[in-house]
Formats: sequence, structure tokens, C-alpha cells
Amino acid sequence: MLDRTEDLLRIENLSKSFSISAGLFAKPLQLRALQDINFTVKRGETLGIVGESGCGKSTLGRCILQLLTPDEGRVLWLGQDISKLPAEEMRKKRRDLQIIFQDPLASLNPRMTVGEIIADPLRTLMPEIDARGRRERVLKTMEAVGLLPEMINRYPHEFSGGQAQRIGIARALISEPKLIVCDEPVSALDVSIQAQILNLLSDLKDQFGLTLIFISHNLSVVRHVSDRILVLYLGRVVELADGDDIYGDPRHPYTRALLTAVPIPDPKRARQRTIDGLVGEIPSPINQPSGCTFRTRCRYAQLRCAEVRPPLENLPGERLVACIRWQELDLKPGA
Amino acid sequence: MTDVLVVDDLDVTFALHDSEVKAVSDLDFSLAQGETLAVVGESGSGKSQAFLSIMGLLARNGKASGRAMMGDVNLIGLPPNELDRYRGKDIAMIFQDPMTSLNPTLKVKTQLAEVLVRHQGYDNEKANRAVVEMLERVGIPEPVKRANAYPHELSGGMRQRVMIAMALLCRPKILIADEPTTALDVTVQAQMLDLFKTLTHDFGTAMVLITHDLGVVAGIADRMMVMYGGRCVEKGPTDTLFYDPRHPYTLGLLHSTPHVAKRARRLDPIQGLPPSLEHLPRGCAFHPRCAFRFERCFEERPPLLPVEAVREKACWYQGELKYGEVA
Repeated sequence: MLDRTEDLLRIENLSKSFSISAGLFAKPLQLRALQDINFTVKRGETLGIVGESGCGKSTLGRCILQLLTPDEGRVLWLGQDISKLPAEEMRKKRRDLQIIFQDPLASLNPRMTVGEIIADPLRTLMPEIDARGRRERVLKTMEAVGLLPEMINRYPHEFSGGQAQRIGIARALISEPKLIVCDEPVSALDVSIQAQILNLLSDLKDQFGLTLIFISHNLSVVRHVSDRILVLYLGRVVELADGDDIYGDPRHPYTRALLTAVPIPDPKRARQRTIDGLVGEIPSPINQPSGCTFRTRCRYAQLRCAEVRPPLENLPGERLVACIRWQELDLKPGA
Repeated sequence: MTDVLVVDDLDVTFALHDSEVKAVSDLDFSLAQGETLAVVGESGSGKSQAFLSIMGLLARNGKASGRAMMGDVNLIGLPPNELDRYRGKDIAMIFQDPMTSLNPTLKVKTQLAEVLVRHQGYDNEKANRAVVEMLERVGIPEPVKRANAYPHELSGGMRQRVMIAMALLCRPKILIADEPTTALDVTVQAQMLDLFKTLTHDFGTAMVLITHDLGVVAGIADRMMVMYGGRCVEKGPTDTLFYDPRHPYTLGLLHSTPHVAKRARRLDPIQGLPPSLEHLPRGCAFHPRCAFRFERCFEERPPLLPVEAVREKACWYQGELKYGEVA
């Protein structure tokens, strides 16, 4: 059994902004993509990250992998802060931290064969392995992700989206990582193929003892794969809880609004339920509302919500929620 | 209920360099006044091409044959200038990406008013007033201000609302919506589906919803038609197909769809990949991926036949479809 209590990854007070040009002589605008993010990822779990477009979920994934450098805060990998490591040191860590992208074909080099693509991380991350060893590993990994050995010399354009995603998974898997960030890995795929890839990820997780961070806008998919779920809104954590709790007993009005909006593939239930009319759209991350950033769309908002920024509070049962009204609201589905 | 659209023997073919590809074969269906029909399928199933052909919007190398009767008019094969009498007026279409369907150089008001000037003979002032009213109707705040905006000044959800407003300006009999919510966030998607329900009901418009998302179908469609490899494989009332699917592909789609309220350990996906239309398998196009296939499926293509009173399916297998509990 894996020791699931150990924190593999700990994110502390992480913030990231982007400068947006506002014209030649104007002061650039600050787009605050992530603000004061705190959470941990336990060894062997799948942590789902959900939120609408622009909530910062992909930026968060990239900050974890140091593909983007956070402005503030720490990214602790097995207790060591990797956000300030020199490039060479970080490269050694990359063996352990890998990523799978949304658009499988766009993330594969069209001029490389499948074998070269999958072997590529080994060349830089594990140069001690010779050509023969690399080939062995490539074939072994291809088998694990359901690619046939004869595909090794073919090029990405010869593959469908689902197979291309298998190549992307093989590339992430070959250095035997401990953690894989999956950034919308099935969003571009057909339904039947999506299910195949989700099953594959779950099998690989068991087989290789992986820890996954699963980023998606699709709550049904996240629900299906995740042990715990982190909900982001405008670059802030609004709720973090066990998957069953998030779905059965949400504590943040935004979580509830997301849940009631998810299409349910069951006509009778779909007719019965009421959708929380979430007014309007997500505000611009450049010009965020005061106090609670969700208050402009929240049906439970009160005057005081504009005044104070709700702290991320620790609730019993290892949950986190950022809403000053969490104790008084009953947000259970159907309530 | 009267049928507002009756489609018969619809074929869509595309000419390639030295061959032809059939994207849609022998499609038959009818659309009753005010009903919502979902057309479900994966990439390459022909679901979009079938309706593009009805709208006269096929790519240049595409050719349609058959009938799509709207009243006494067969829309298939009608020259563009005649089609224009109906398009936008009696039958309208909305696409997935509103940005590519709106003219970026024209104000919202200009492109919407044009529809009314052209089809209803409104003068500009009357048309502009009707446009603002319709923008308000589709839930756009500050409609006067937004009417004077350019498409790029609006958010994605707002643009999709503008598209809906444009499509419904003439209160068409038929609205075809091709993946209208796929690019939107869930909360905006829910608002949009709600809007479709309300407006089609208020205007008595029949809607065809082309989608791959069974969750969307469940919430809005009266009937559904499942397509695979360019053909309809099963059609019937939404509840019937969801709770008692008879075609293995329909069952497979249902089992592949994750459900937010339940956490199953594993999904039961359909094995293999959707076929390429250039190399459709012999016999039943679905047989290479089908868990219920037998000898006949390899050789003979099953016709679409009525099963019970309300549904039709194209499958030789007559036994019970079971490999687990259906959601």
C-alpha cells in the first residue's frame, strides 16, 4: 500500500501575474492569474483542478512544473523548494514531474517519428541510457499505453487524436515520473475515445504508482478520475475537498453553481433539477471585484462580501473553503 | 403535429482527387413543429454535413441528393438565390464558434438589421428597434449599447447570444444549432441551453441540436437520432434511447459518458476508433467495434427498421444488450 498521507507536493502562497501592454506609453496592466494559492498533493492521489476558462488552472499546472516561474510563493517537491532551483538542477527534477497537454497533435513534433518523440525525454533527462536501452524502454512504454510496436517508425500525422494522446502519455511516462500534470488531456477527443484514455490513465496510475494532477473544465470527467478536487475562481482557490464531498456537500456557492450547471446524461434527472442561475460571466482578471471576487455572480452575496476578502478556512475533514457565509448556507444539491 | 421538415434519402458525397467519399447515406427523418431533435455522433459521423447540405452550405466539392421538404419546397439542389428566400427566414443555423460567423467589420446592429430589411422589408429604423428588442430577449444587458458594439468587443457568451438573436429574428420554423455550446464554459452553457428552451417554445420553432454531448441532449431534446459512419443507426424519443438503448453504439456512447453524480471505477468505452469515411468497413460500419457482432454483421449492412412503435434501429442483433447497468 502506498502511504497516502505523505505530501509529495506542497504549494505555498503561490502568485503569478502577467503584464499586458496597454499601449505604447501606458503603464502595462497586471493580469493577476493566480493569487495566494495553497494546497498539497498527496502521494498516489489524483487531484482534480476545475474552473472556467481564465481561472488560472493551466497557469497553475505550468507553475508547478516550473514551465512558468511564479512571482511569489514556494513549490515544495518532497520538501524542497523547486521554484528557485538553477536550470540544471531543475532539469534533474523533470524526470519526476511530467505533463500531458490538451491538443495531442499540436504537442508532438511532426518531423519526429513516434519512437523519437517518446525517447526524447530520455536523451535529456537520463543520458546515461544508451540507444539500445532507450529503444527497449520505448517499446515497453508503447505497450503500456496501448500502442503497437510497429508504430514506432511512423509520424504523428498518421495517427488519430486518441492515438496521438497515447503517444503524449508515453512521452510523459518514459522517464518513470512520480507526478504527471494532465492539462485537459481528453477535451479534444471524441466521447468513446475519451473514455478509453480515462481508463488508460487510471490503469497507468495503478500500475506505476503515479500521482496525478488532472486539470479540466469538464466536471464530470474530473469527478470520475479525482480523489480530491480543487475549485479555482479568478485565480484563487475557493474550495478544496474530497470528491464525494465536493459533489454531495459543496460549501462554496461557486462550487454549487458549477455542479448544477453540469449537463447530466440522464433525461429524467436533467428535467427535475434546477440550475442555479449564475448571473453573467466571469469578470476580467485585470479588473477584479473587491472583497470576494465571486460576489458579482453569487446569489448569496451580501454587502459585507464586497468589503472583506474571504480567507481560505480549514473545515473539519480536511476541507478548505473561502466564503464568509459557509457556516450559514445549505448548498447541498437539491437544497 | 405538422412536420416542418421531412428529409428523405439524403446522400452527401464529396469529390476527392480521384475518388468520392460518402459523408451521409440514406438519411430519413422528420422534424415536427416546435420539437427539439438531437443529432448525436462523433467526428466523421456525418451529423454536421447532413445539415450543411440542407442549408446549401456544403464545401465546393460536396454534392447532396435526395429530398429535404420544407412544406412544398425541396431545399436540396435549390440554387443559392432561391435558397436565400428561405435561409434566415424560415430556416436558420447557428455554429459552434460565433466569432467566425459574425462579420468583424460590422456593428452588431448592422448585421442583424440586414436580416429584417431583407426578409421582412422593414425600414432601417424599424429593423433597428426590432434588433434591440431581440437582443434584450436573448438576455443581453444594455442592448442599445451592445447593438452599437463590434463583435470583438463582446465576450464569447455574449457573441453566442447575438448569434441566437440573429437566427431567431424572423422567428424561423426551423433552427439548426451545430454544437452551439461546445466552446462555452458550463455555467454559460447552462444559460444558453435554457435560452434555447425558452425561445424555441415561445416562437414555436423546431430545433435540431447537433452535438456529441449526451448530457446536453438529455436536458433539452424530445427525440434523438444517433449517427455513425454517415448513417442513422438508431432514432426515437430521448428517454427511450437513454433508458433502453437497442443499438450497441448508442449503448456504447452512454457507457462512455461520465456522470457527475456518480463515480464509477471505470467507464466501459467502445473499443477501437471511429472509421474513416474513405474506408468504411463492409457490412455494418460499426461491426469492428461492436461487442455483439456475429457473422451476418461482417457482410450485410443492416437496414434502419422500426422496432416497437416509437423507434428505429439499424442492427442485426436482436438479443438483449447488456454488459452492465446503464446509467
